[in-house]
Amino acid sequence: MEITPDHLVLLRWGFFHLNATIVYTWVVMLLLVAGGWLATRRITVDGPRGAWQNALEAIVTGIRGQIREVTGGEGGDEHLPFVGTLFLFIAVSNTLDVVPGWHAPTGSLSTTAALAGCVAISVPFFGIRKSGLKGYLHHYFSPTIFMAPFHLMSEFSRTVALAVRLFGNIMSGSMVVALLLVIAPLFIPVLMQVLGLLIGLIQAYIFAILAMVYIAAAIRRQEEPQET
Amino acid sequence: MDSYTWIGMISIAAAAICMGVGSIGPALGEARALQQALSAMAQQPDEAGPISRTLFIGLAMIESIAIYCLVISIILIFANPFWNHVITKTAAGPGV
Repeated sequence: MEITPDHLVLLRWGFFHLNATIVYTWVVMLLLVAGGWLATRRITVDGPRGAWQNALEAIVTGIRGQIREVTGGEGGDEHLPFVGTLFLFIAVSNTLDVVPGWHAPTGSLSTTAALAGCVAISVPFFGIRKSGLKGYLHHYFSPTIFMAPFHLMSEFSRTVALAVRLFGNIMSGSMVVALLLVIAPLFIPVLMQVLGLLIGLIQAYIFAILAMVYIAAAIRRQEEPQET
Repeated sequence: MDSYTWIGMISIAAAAICMGVGSIGPALGEARALQQALSAMAQQPDEAGPISRTLFIGLAMIESIAIYCLVISIILIFANPFWNHVITKTAAGPGV
């Protein structure tokens, strides 16, 4: 039994191995880009809006509202592209799990590790952009310089936790369905698929909101240095 | 019993113990978090939105401990590196 789509090599071309994870990641990217292109093709500010534009505006406004609730204020537009992309990518790839033959790219540890790595890089990026290199690094040496290894350790461990959480949830969801197909193939796997849909969306929400919480923590502690 | 039997037996037992013991702690923690969040929401229904959002984040972080156990159990059962070693040894033929 395969526990990751990484082992499903579709094409071998010398050194390069095209496995299922890469192919299905491309499919998700293609779907997102095509959907965005279709929705923004006839975009209007005034006048009647199309259904596509309405749907897209609802999604973007919803994500921005969640970001504003985390940062606790107005704005949030500078983090919207990154966090929104994370949410949409994970949500689409998890939701398509009900399609037969689909291997969710988030069910591979490589994909989730790459996403968590993006979060780990973007946290100092946004922090440095907010308050400069010196102001950001100051956080590591507070209250004393001896705390620096612990700060680094916590950043590393939360990145690993982010990757393993998403991977474990999605991989275990598809694996439970595969096991139930052997034990009770008639009706029970459908219920688990429905539960998997719910878990996939919740995990997408949690991944995006945790990324936003980490970024907000890196930004906020520059404003109130005595806190945390 | 030879060492191969021991490897298979210990792997399955370890997977079961890992999942069973490892889910006790997160279950207690999630129950406690949910209990506190429910009583807080009952006292302040206006704050239900922020409380439930924070509850979701916290539950996800507690849940990830159980997920670690699940990943280790699944690796021990389906992708066991020690068992794969046994398989390659056996495929090479006896006496190798």
